[in-house]
Amino acid sequence: MNTMKRIDRSAKVRVGFHEAKWDEPIIYELSKPGERGILAPKAEKQVVQAVGDGVSVLPAALRRREAVNLPEISQNRVLRHYMRLSQETLGADVNIEIGQGTCTMKYSPKINEQLARGLFDLHPLQDPSTVQGIMEIFYQTDKYMQEISGMSRFTFQPGGGSQGLFTMASIVRAYMDSRGETRDEFITTIYSHPSDAAAPALKGYKIIYLQPNPENGLPDFEAFKAACTSRTAGFIQANPEDTGLFNGQIARFVDYAHQMGALCCYDQANGNAVLGVARAKEAGFDMCHFNLHKTFSTPHGCGGPACGATGVREGLEEFLPAPLIDFDGEKYVFNYAFENKEFGVHKVRSYYGVAPVVFKTYCWIRSMGPNGLYQVTKTAVLNNNYLFRKMLEIPGISAYYMDGKNQRVEQCRYTMEKIFQDTGVSTGDVQRRMMDFGMHYWTSHHPYFLPEPITLEPTESPSREDIDEYVNTLRYVFQECYDNPEYVKSAPHRSTTHQVDESVMDDPEKWATTWKVYLRKYK
Amino acid sequence: MRGFANHPYIPNSDPRIQGEMLHEIGMTSLDDLHRDIPDELKLHREMDLPEAFDSEYALQRHVEGLLKKNRTCKEYLNFLGAGCWQHYVPALCDDINSRGEFLTGYGGEPYNELGRFQSLFEYASMVAELVGMDVVNVPTMDWAQAAATTARMAQRYTGRREVLVPELMDPDKLNIMRNYCADDVHFIKVRCTGQGLLDKADLQSKLSENTAGVYFEMPGYLGQLETEPQAISDLAHAAGALSLVGVDPITLGVLEAPANYGADIVCGDLQPLGIHMNYGGGQSGFMATRDEEKMVMEFPSRLFGIAPTSQKGEYGFGDVAYDRTSFGHLREKAKEYVGTQSALWGITAGVYLATMGPRGMEEVGQAMMQNAQYAAAKIDAIPGLKANALGSVFMKEFLVDFSGTGKTVEAVNRALLDKQIFGGKDISKEFPQLGQCALYCVTEIHTGEDLDRLAAALAEVTR
Repeated sequence: MNTMKRIDRSAKVRVGFHEAKWDEPIIYELSKPGERGILAPKAEKQVVQAVGDGVSVLPAALRRREAVNLPEISQNRVLRHYMRLSQETLGADVNIEIGQGTCTMKYSPKINEQLARGLFDLHPLQDPSTVQGIMEIFYQTDKYMQEISGMSRFTFQPGGGSQGLFTMASIVRAYMDSRGETRDEFITTIYSHPSDAAAPALKGYKIIYLQPNPENGLPDFEAFKAACTSRTAGFIQANPEDTGLFNGQIARFVDYAHQMGALCCYDQANGNAVLGVARAKEAGFDMCHFNLHKTFSTPHGCGGPACGATGVREGLEEFLPAPLIDFDGEKYVFNYAFENKEFGVHKVRSYYGVAPVVFKTYCWIRSMGPNGLYQVTKTAVLNNNYLFRKMLEIPGISAYYMDGKNQRVEQCRYTMEKIFQDTGVSTGDVQRRMMDFGMHYWTSHHPYFLPEPITLEPTESPSREDIDEYVNTLRYVFQECYDNPEYVKSAPHRSTTHQVDESVMDDPEKWATTWKVYLRKYK
Repeated sequence: MRGFANHPYIPNSDPRIQGEMLHEIGMTSLDDLHRDIPDELKLHREMDLPEAFDSEYALQRHVEGLLKKNRTCKEYLNFLGAGCWQHYVPALCDDINSRGEFLTGYGGEPYNELGRFQSLFEYASMVAELVGMDVVNVPTMDWAQAAATTARMAQRYTGRREVLVPELMDPDKLNIMRNYCADDVHFIKVRCTGQGLLDKADLQSKLSENTAGVYFEMPGYLGQLETEPQAISDLAHAAGALSLVGVDPITLGVLEAPANYGADIVCGDLQPLGIHMNYGGGQSGFMATRDEEKMVMEFPSRLFGIAPTSQKGEYGFGDVAYDRTSFGHLREKAKEYVGTQSALWGITAGVYLATMGPRGMEEVGQAMMQNAQYAAAKIDAIPGLKANALGSVFMKEFLVDFSGTGKTVEAVNRALLDKQIFGGKDISKEFPQLGQCALYCVTEIHTGEDLDRLAAALAEVTR
């Protein structure tokens, strides 16, 4: 007789989740002298016969005295180790990515990844006649970026968003230098990425922060006018900022900055809010950058390789790093015209940038088309406003700057200040607890401008059920804050590790950034 | 309706679901979603972009068609290097770095992305052994960026503003360093001898109380190896400056670790360690120093440290001295900036070093040297050609001087292309004083037959 009943799967929260936990040793602990991971290629007999051992030509002072202290591990054991470490990493492929706000954690199509392997064996200095395919991809992707932004020309050299911001700051500096201007200030906002401040500072600029208007969360135009002077070289801002609020007055800011002789840079690291809806050009910006690993899906790679594609308006092309890729009517050619200009950026990264990232961007745009890109933005914004509505239904959760319209663009910064006041459980505690359900949760860049912040961004990738599950899980955790606050504070309980003793991280006597230092300090 | 309904990458692009979701949030159309953007900022037309392919297969066919317009270094015989090198990539490297968990990981915490933290801690541990240092950063963009940061670290550490560099360094790299260091570091070129080595008298004359560091490379841009690196470090130290050494890490199975000849900061590119050339997309920079507080605090990059957890016997990880970085509370007042750089290549380099082990690194170093010496000898035997034109000790790269043939490198390379060979990088425009020279790169991937084929082709095209 069959005693089995239908298994109850109605629970809305994955209370049974546990992240992979292998208690994996450090790779040096796996070493066993004599084991080998691979047989490396060797010189052939005829070569050895002709030149001997090869290394004897080295003067004694250059010759390594002892073998490198690397682990000795057979191949299958190396594989197993890294497979386990990969399983202990919560990538976008395995979780409902809503929690890493501002990061635009969308689906990265596998077909693009597979196709990108076709670039493995291309050398960047090959004769252009032998790389017309990849040059065409750079050229066309530049054209697509031009249409998406309204800018006139793009460089793909910057290897990440921050390097894109740095490239924009470098362009501003070169432009000002070319005009003999000695402006020394850059204006940004407190809700923009830290690199919006740090990158211009490296080019010698003093950073002026705009504070948000406490009513609507947006930078205040009158405050901007007070800050923007003949000393202002550049204005750099994300729009929407991390709050998910779009500054509809942005064109006035840009106009005023132009009147004062400054250039305006649009941080579009995250462009998901506006594809096919609004562009840098119409707002009057002089330049912008897109993180191809974010908006264009290429993916994030645990933090790169990446690309901060940077575009400028007509008239500023000469300040872009060299080379650009042109089409002469028959073939694709490198354009080095701006490489040796007296005032220019000249170069920011070796060769032409991270080619596989540009390649995957091309593939993604071609799989979307103009309607697909528009759909990306509309769905991302729809998902976010749906999430926004559901979040605000959770007791104790609110968002700042509820101005009556009560909507956001592609992300939102919430606050759990009330829950913290009621229970003593902080947003950092909830962040760790969410990991017990296989989910990310991000607070804010530092310093926290708003108390107990939560920043969420669903992108276009989750389904409605995914969003519901994320919200239900959060609701469950916030209830726990009242029912069992100590349990939340001591989280994670079902992640790969438990709470780290962070006190060692700022103590030079105790920190250990490599295995050898660890062994030296902890005998 | 505008928009691509039911797109496979967008679950909620189903019009029915969208309608329900809009209804739930009290909106009637997708237009309402962008109410906060004024009309004059909106694009009131469809973007002028090619329509989407109507299937994944169609995309694949199209892109494969584009890829067919390329000739790869597996189809052709390749001798280009100059900062991006063709080495053997063990299968494990691609297998691990294409794991979805690593490929799509990002900014999680050491609890739920422990694998990312541990694998990058391990990469740093192994690279530290290669160079003989204690501290290695989560990788930056490329060697040039690492060298630029090395210069800035030296500037902050010493409070001085000049960094001396070899006149025969890669001009692209120097351009990147100059742009990055802006007004804070002045780069001064030191003359090189006929062998391409730093002229110590000139070096001595340019060292002063303004010198933050002396930057040199092992091997140099043109393949040349300094024979007395300790003497260069000593000169720097005597002037109160730091010794800054750029390395090609794949040479370090046979070459001495820079820490053992006086280096204070080491930098280089991880690309040769298990990362494909990727048309220049495989570059990844690192810096390394001793575990000295003052030095560690000058790193702009993230540094992952090991730590205990609340559970006995468990390894945990975290960010060492996080507030050094612009991610911390100091933002622009922290060290330079940090952001997304090239972490996946760091993980890959770790897989490479763990797979190769000490013997593999020694063997690959030896095989490169043997093959390169064999190629140089064969080329040198061709009338009018001079291989290893600088006459220095070299590892895998060396100059070939075509001046004696009356032909330009450009013409030679064009003729080699017809024979499906990528000749060495033409450096005659970068360094006209060296004549018609090309920089050849020979590694462990070349067979004796490949090198014979190169020599025969060179003999033919220069006849």
